[in-house]
This record gives sequence, C-alpha cells and structure tokens, in this order.
Amino acid sequence: MEWVQQLVNGISLGSIYALIALGYTMVYGIIKLINFAHGDVFMIGAFIGFYAISGWGLGFFPALLLAMVVCAIFGVLIERIAYKRLRNATRIAALITAIGVSLLIEYSVIYFRGAQPEAYPDVLSKSTFNFLGAQISAQSIMILSVSLSLMIILQFIVHKTKIGKAMRAVSHDVEAARLMGINVDNTISATFAIGSALAGAAGVIFGVYYTKIDPLMGVIPGVKAFVAAVLGGIGIIPGAMAGGMVLGVVESIVSALGFSLWRDAAAFVILILILIFRPSGIFGKNTREKV
Amino acid sequence: MLKVNDINVFYGNIQALKGVSLEVNEGEIVTLIGANGAGKSTLLKTLSGLLKPKQGTIEYLGSSIAGKQAQSIVKAGISHVPEGRRVFANMTVEENLELGAYLRKDKDGIAKDLQRVFELFPRLLERRKQQSGTLSGGEQQMLAMGRAIMAKPKLLLLDEPSMGLAPLMVKTIFSIVKEINKEGTTILLVEQNAHMALSVADRAYVIETGRVVLSGTAKELKETEQVKAAYLGGL
Repeated sequence: MEWVQQLVNGISLGSIYALIALGYTMVYGIIKLINFAHGDVFMIGAFIGFYAISGWGLGFFPALLLAMVVCAIFGVLIERIAYKRLRNATRIAALITAIGVSLLIEYSVIYFRGAQPEAYPDVLSKSTFNFLGAQISAQSIMILSVSLSLMIILQFIVHKTKIGKAMRAVSHDVEAARLMGINVDNTISATFAIGSALAGAAGVIFGVYYTKIDPLMGVIPGVKAFVAAVLGGIGIIPGAMAGGMVLGVVESIVSALGFSLWRDAAAFVILILILIFRPSGIFGKNTREKV
Repeated sequence: MLKVNDINVFYGNIQALKGVSLEVNEGEIVTLIGANGAGKSTLLKTLSGLLKPKQGTIEYLGSSIAGKQAQSIVKAGISHVPEGRRVFANMTVEENLELGAYLRKDKDGIAKDLQRVFELFPRLLERRKQQSGTLSGGEQQMLAMGRAIMAKPKLLLLDEPSMGLAPLMVKTIFSIVKEINKEGTTILLVEQNAHMALSVADRAYVIETGRVVLSGTAKELKETEQVKAAYLGGL
C-alpha cells in the first residue's frame, strides 16, 4: 500500500507547487511578466513563519497568517520599486530585472543572517493513521486542506469580488479596463499582494512539511512551480492548480519507482514535452485573433 | 458641456491631432466623421484620458479634464465605448455590465440601470449568463454600449458603433443611440458611416488628417458638395 502513501505525498507536494504557481500565473496574466523573484518570496514566507513560531512562539495558523501578510506587502514593494517603472519597457528588460531582484533577495538574506539552514520547529501533530492500509500522516492531510482552502478563497476573490473582477478585466484588456474607471496600478498591486501571500503560505507549509529551510530554498520549488504554471497554461488560474498537482504526483511516482535521484529531472522533462507538444498548456487554448 | 480648444496630440513623434477644437452642448448628438486614420479615435481617447494632449484645453462642465486620469473622467460622467467594442470576452454579459458600474456605490441605482440596459437591449437579458466572447458582433456592440451606460454617463462617447455590422443591426444600434439621447444623455459619435451618422446627429464635424475641416448642423453638412463627394458616395 505504499502507492497510496506516495500518492498522498505527491498531492501534498503538488499543493505546495500549486500555491506558488498561482502567483506566477496571476502576475503573468496581468502584466505578462515571469516574476522570477516569486520563489524568493516563498523563501521569505518560510523564514517569517520560522521566526514567528520559534522566536515568538506563535502557533501554526497565526504564523501562516503573519507570513502571508508580510509577503503580500513584500510583493507589492517589489512590484512598485522594480517592475512598475518597466511597465512600458521590453519584456526582456523586465525579465532580466526579475532575475536581478531574485538574486538580490537571496543574497541579502544570506548577508543578514548567513547561509546556514534552519530546522523548522514541530507545530503540527506528528500522528499518523491508517487509510486503506497506508500510513497517512495527519500533517499531510492538514497541509492539503490548508492549501485547498486557500485555493477556494482565491477562486472566490477572483470571481465574486470587485477587485477580482478588476483583475480579470485588466488581464484581458488594460485599456478597456481603464475606461471602466478601474485603477490599473492598484489592481496590479493587488495581484502581486495576493500571489505573494499565497507564496508566503506555501513557504510556511513547506517548512513544516520538509523541516529544513535555507535562503536558497526558493530556487528549485520556484522553477518547478513555474513549470507547473506552464503545464497548466500560463495565465490560467485553474491551470496552475492542476499543473502543480500533476507535477507533485509525477515526482512522487518517479520516486516510488525507485528513481529518486531523477525526481527533479521529471519536472524539466515535463516542461520540454509540454513546450514541444502543447505550448499553451493543459488548459490553454490556441489563441486566435478575431479581427 | 464639452469644449475642446486647439488640442495637439502625438503618438511618439507623429502628430495625430493638429489644433482640433470642437464643442458639444448638453442634450445634443454631435458626430465626428472622417476617413480611416483622420484622428477620430485619437480625439475620443484624449477625451476619456487614455491619451494626453500636448497642448490645448479640454473643458467639461466648467472644469479642465485635459490630461486627467481615465478613472476621474469616468467619475465625472464621461463614458467611452471604444472602437472594436473591447468587451471582456472572458466574462459573462452580466459581469461586463457590473464592471461598467465599477466606480458607483449606489446599489439601488445600479440595479435600476441594469434593468434599463436590459430594456434597451433585450438581447442582453437573454444572454445574461453567457460568456461575452461568444456573442455576435452586434450583440457585443450592444454590450459595450450597455456597459458604458452602467457608469451613468452624462456624456457618452461612441467610437464607430456600426463597424462590421449588418445593415439591419446598424439601424437597430442607431435607433438605440437616439433613444439613449432622448432619455437625457449627450452623445459624441464618431463614425465612418457618414450617412447614418448625419441622419441621427444634430451637428457634425468633419475631420481630415488631424484637422477639423468643416462643421455645421448635420442638415447643412449633408448638402455640402465636399461631404457628398467624399463621405456620402456622391448620393
């Protein structure tokens, strides 16, 4: 029954990828920028959670919330300071800036606190229970339900609230959105805030699940979440969720088959395959322009 | 109501409007006719704040709006139905209409105006929950106009509402334009279909390569040789 266990692991891991991928895809949807600093916002979230739990003795949920709030503000700052002035620049200029911001964040953290890793404190129950003969940890169920709840809240925000509708309007047609009286700058900032909050939450969840965090921890999950976003169809919110889950499950299957060393390669094989056979992603449509 | 005085607008180094002046009085339908690339859409975009004039003044209800942010212009009561409709294709008809009322807070008023839009355009009521990208061109035009009305404008800017539509649909759209005007909304209408535009408008301006070359009542312009030859196909 190891398979069920691996599947649960895969889905938990996938839900972390999905949370990060959402930020990538939302930002891409609205300003067509691959925000490579997004993985580092995830890292910042993990550290905020760490200090909140082990330094101030906060519980899991208050720490999660704090990390989300701090990351939301951090994301908006990145956008306002680094990306806003490049709104009309070439896309490659913005992309290079994003990579620069990413390195700046990583090495600033190393500069201020050193590069040594940190062990995440135990905040969730370590108990396990038996399900279909498999040992499932309560932790992974908890993580999965937190991630899913966040995604449901996101769906609600995007579809039912005013700011969500403004976000969809801006991502579809900036000029038409302006004509509705939508403040485009604020809407873009809100998108960064929400995406970064989700990455911050993912950081705390990651820390609790994998127990080890360090200043460069955002690099690989960041790139994988980017693959997940492309896999689902970049710019499409349900696509990011599905892409993250698929990627997580594929990675666990690869491990379960005894190829653990190849686990990280799986993501990139998927990326290559998707770019060859379906560049618009699982949920993407081939865009046709109606004149 | 609206007084445009000697404005110059540029796209980069290219000057699209050269000293354009025009006036719209409350309650009127004023039309701006001209060929492709004459600067009609540029003028509307400048009025709604998407473009900034380099020179000149735009006065609306006694205050200057030249170079102001689009959102404050919408708030002041100018709605712009852009060329090519530009509906939010990824959203339903109803969501598009809600976005039209984005800056409004009066829930009762919004609900009332939604009813009014559905009365003006019964087709939109039928398609309320449909993705607006699946609508026909005429229906999208109706939606774009309905969306603009949801902002409760005093002045409605219409950019080529007849573009790409079947003749029967053009007629429907223009009769609705007239009706909206009768209910008290002032209209500035940009058209290539000069025949239709002159038949609904009170006054008209003819614009050529960024300059206003003729103006007068719609009736007068219809009889002008220059307009007949260039825009009415010698009819």
